[in-house]
Amino acid sequence: MFSVFRDLIRYNLEFAVGMVLVTFVVVFAALSFVSPVDPTLIYMAVPDQPPSAQYWFGTNSRGQDLFWQLSAAFRNSLIFGITVAVLSRIISIAVGLASGYIGGWVDRVLMFINDIFVAVPIFPILVLFYFVLRNNMDSFTLALIMACFGWPFDARLIRSVAVGLKHREFTRHAVFSGMSTRKVLLEEHLPYVMPIVFATFMNNMLWSIGLEVTLAVLGFTNLNNPTIGTVLYWANSHSAMVVGVWWWIFIPVVLIVMTFLGLFLLAVSMNEYIDPRSRLRRMGA
Amino acid sequence: MQGYLWFVSKRLLQLLAVIFCGISATFLVTHLSPIDPVEQVLGRLSGRSNLPPAAIEATRVALTEMYGTNEPILQQYINFWLRLVRGDLGPSLLAFPTPAMELVGRAMPWTLGLLVTSTLITFVVGNLLGALAGYNPDNKFFKAFGLISMGIQPIPYYVVAFILLIIFGYFLPILPINGGFAMDVRPGFTWPFISSVLQHSILPATSLVLVGFGGWFLGMRALVSNVVNDDYVTYAELAGVKRDTIVGGYVIRNAMVPQLTALAMALGGVFSGTIITEQVFNYPGIGSLLVDAVNWGDYSLVLAVSTVSITAVAGAIFIVDLLHPLLDPRVRAE
Amino acid sequence: MTHDTKNDLLTVEGLKAYYQMSYFGVNREVRAVDDITMTIKRNEVYGIAGESSSGKTSFIKVLAAAMRPPLRIVDGSVKYQFKDRKVDIAKASEKEIEAIRWSHLSYIMQGSMSVLNPVRRIGKTFHDFAAKPLGLSGKAFEDRVIAHLARLKLPPEVLRAYPHELSGGMRQRVTIGLATVCHPEFIIADEPTTALDVVVQKEVLNLIRDIQKEMGASVIFVTHDMSVHANVADRVGIIYAGRLVEEGPTREMFFAPKHPYTAHLVASLPRIGDTTQRPALEGRPPNLSDPPAGCRFHPRCPLAVDKCKKDVPPMETVGPEHRTACWRWRDVEPLVKAAAPHGVMA
Repeated sequence: MFSVFRDLIRYNLEFAVGMVLVTFVVVFAALSFVSPVDPTLIYMAVPDQPPSAQYWFGTNSRGQDLFWQLSAAFRNSLIFGITVAVLSRIISIAVGLASGYIGGWVDRVLMFINDIFVAVPIFPILVLFYFVLRNNMDSFTLALIMACFGWPFDARLIRSVAVGLKHREFTRHAVFSGMSTRKVLLEEHLPYVMPIVFATFMNNMLWSIGLEVTLAVLGFTNLNNPTIGTVLYWANSHSAMVVGVWWWIFIPVVLIVMTFLGLFLLAVSMNEYIDPRSRLRRMGA
Repeated sequence: MQGYLWFVSKRLLQLLAVIFCGISATFLVTHLSPIDPVEQVLGRLSGRSNLPPAAIEATRVALTEMYGTNEPILQQYINFWLRLVRGDLGPSLLAFPTPAMELVGRAMPWTLGLLVTSTLITFVVGNLLGALAGYNPDNKFFKAFGLISMGIQPIPYYVVAFILLIIFGYFLPILPINGGFAMDVRPGFTWPFISSVLQHSILPATSLVLVGFGGWFLGMRALVSNVVNDDYVTYAELAGVKRDTIVGGYVIRNAMVPQLTALAMALGGVFSGTIITEQVFNYPGIGSLLVDAVNWGDYSLVLAVSTVSITAVAGAIFIVDLLHPLLDPRVRAE
Repeated sequence: MTHDTKNDLLTVEGLKAYYQMSYFGVNREVRAVDDITMTIKRNEVYGIAGESSSGKTSFIKVLAAAMRPPLRIVDGSVKYQFKDRKVDIAKASEKEIEAIRWSHLSYIMQGSMSVLNPVRRIGKTFHDFAAKPLGLSGKAFEDRVIAHLARLKLPPEVLRAYPHELSGGMRQRVTIGLATVCHPEFIIADEPTTALDVVVQKEVLNLIRDIQKEMGASVIFVTHDMSVHANVADRVGIIYAGRLVEEGPTREMFFAPKHPYTAHLVASLPRIGDTTQRPALEGRPPNLSDPPAGCRFHPRCPLAVDKCKKDVPPMETVGPEHRTACWRWRDVEPLVKAAAPHGVMA
């Protein structure tokens, strides 16, 4: 396992860069656990101070130390992203394997539901949820809703793999020897599907954090809970650029780009490493 | 041809079923609210006292019929569908007493225009360049291009639009960042109007293209890298078939098929991205409409936008699906 | 060499082609073709036999000018003497090679399933491949193709069909037709009958033989199935571990092979009524990135002595058009008798 990582870091530039970026962001977010200030309080520091030795990232117009604010924001956003990704993986694996293996009307029903979720554009629905639930929508509820929208694409991928596996010899052997469907799916088929799951896990994180940022910037989430999006929202509502508090926008955007880029590079490089065809291609170069 | 008609009617039924379920789900969502929407809306309405009482009454009737808690839910559901089919979800709040659907109707062409053009550009150009990049893997230009698009692709629509806004709003104010057309131009089929529209659409379209491009480019590049190793491509190459013919007729034609499926799946996300981008640039599409509606607590409008969005995306997916058999003769056999 | 070179179509001299790869800091060199010298005459069917991973497919790829990185020609020459031009694949420019593709040199690939573009009609595929080499277009071209297909017993409607609409046998005939429509002087057939049932196999072999006789082309026929060689080939060459170990007229090779490996290949053919158990060759084909020293067959050879482990045996002429690379070729005959006491062929 570790030799894989060692190889990747040494020879795959994308992976190395991605790893550096992500590690940086994760460490930054983890610092929030030892934060000396409570990020939900406002007007605790002198507002509108540019970055200095005392306030490393400066302060914003709401009188908060931007460094600790962002640290907490990234922590919340990352945890949010991981939650959504885990939940939607579970759903997509369950649906994909069951649909592909069992087939018949189960497959038709599940794929029909899948089609519905694909056809419904998520943004208006999320907005609708916010509209209806208002302040009752906390982070976890939002994560749950997003997980319900994040599974269709990957479920289809997993389903096509499962359909292929159904006709393989080892599956028939397992069935003949009396293995229950559940056991077959969990013990025999799941390992085949894991590479797809890993690759899509990071993509899913990107997507969910991105969507959360979008909602928050528009003001459609609980604004007192610091996340990447809410930081941008407050920056916007205080017209940070116009007033001259550029660090309030600039630093979060830089960190956002780093996070997304890092996660994406990791996803792409791991994907390529796992896929045997691309490996063969590399050998020829 | 007969096989094709059968295919079309099957997909059409599926489309209608999907729309039906999607909109029904929307209806269910609205009933999750712990507060009574009717009173909430009316409370705001009466706050603006310069509205004729007849209009307020019309609103109350519409809302009570659809969301009022005094009727059984099944009845409300039926009323909802009856009204929807009539195209009447009640008057909107922010442009009272204009019906909500009419506002959506006015805004839809802007969104569709932006969506269709930017999607076409991203899909066609992205796939073409991706195919060329896959076929010439050592080309430095394509490699650099790949890196750049990889860099932009994961960034959410809003952030890219925002960055563009900052660049062209503060640093290089050469393009309009606000509205669908200049304020002093009268709408009509005149050149000043059309050029104004085009000018104002450049930034939103660019934002959409930047985000969407990377996905198609990288996907097509990967697909082509695999197709290039397929037997029929190697055979054609060693037979000396012209390069252009191989790239066009053998590689792209075959790699395109899964991309078409991917397009159908991506349309929902592209639609969301479009309306998000609209909000940043104040483009008069349904995105801005939606955000305003939420901020005004305009129930009917939010619902109108949701239902129309679902129908539009499902319809677009249907159209893309119809293209499938035309591209892949193996599907026609089914 | 004492034979007449005027009739030579293909001359391969000292050909070395290796796969050179670098992956995650590890360099590997697989010596797929390691010093092969041979000649193919006009109007002859030459069979190439060998196990999987013996290097025969890589050899064929070089002959067909179909090498792709990481396969590279490291040394030697591959000279074609066509009626109107001479080309050395190892040194020719891309333009020169393009000029001979399909018009002088064609290729029948393994597996009719996947060599045809699934989204293109057969007629269009023919146009892609053969219009330029034939120099025809429009109706003239179509007529020519239809006439050629008729020879293969394929109806003109085939041109309008998609590959998936044809049966496996028809597809195979289309592929043969595609490779022969320009009347090339040299055809390379790479395992065209593998994975086909015996009835279709016979049809395909007959087709190839008939077309070859009609056009006077030379065919190099690669297969691991010795019975096919017995059926079609005029001469047979055996490749083992990237080297040519024996070459000679088919009859000689089967009745009086002069290399222990050939002896075993030939003796493995079953005969009706013969129920003796044949001993299998022990061991496995060598790893071409690290082949054994000396004669590469020595780890598995029943005749191996010390000399075989150190010195590479050269190709010696042991009969008319019969060469072998073995230090102990004189001792092979008793081996043949021992391995197949009832005779090699009925």
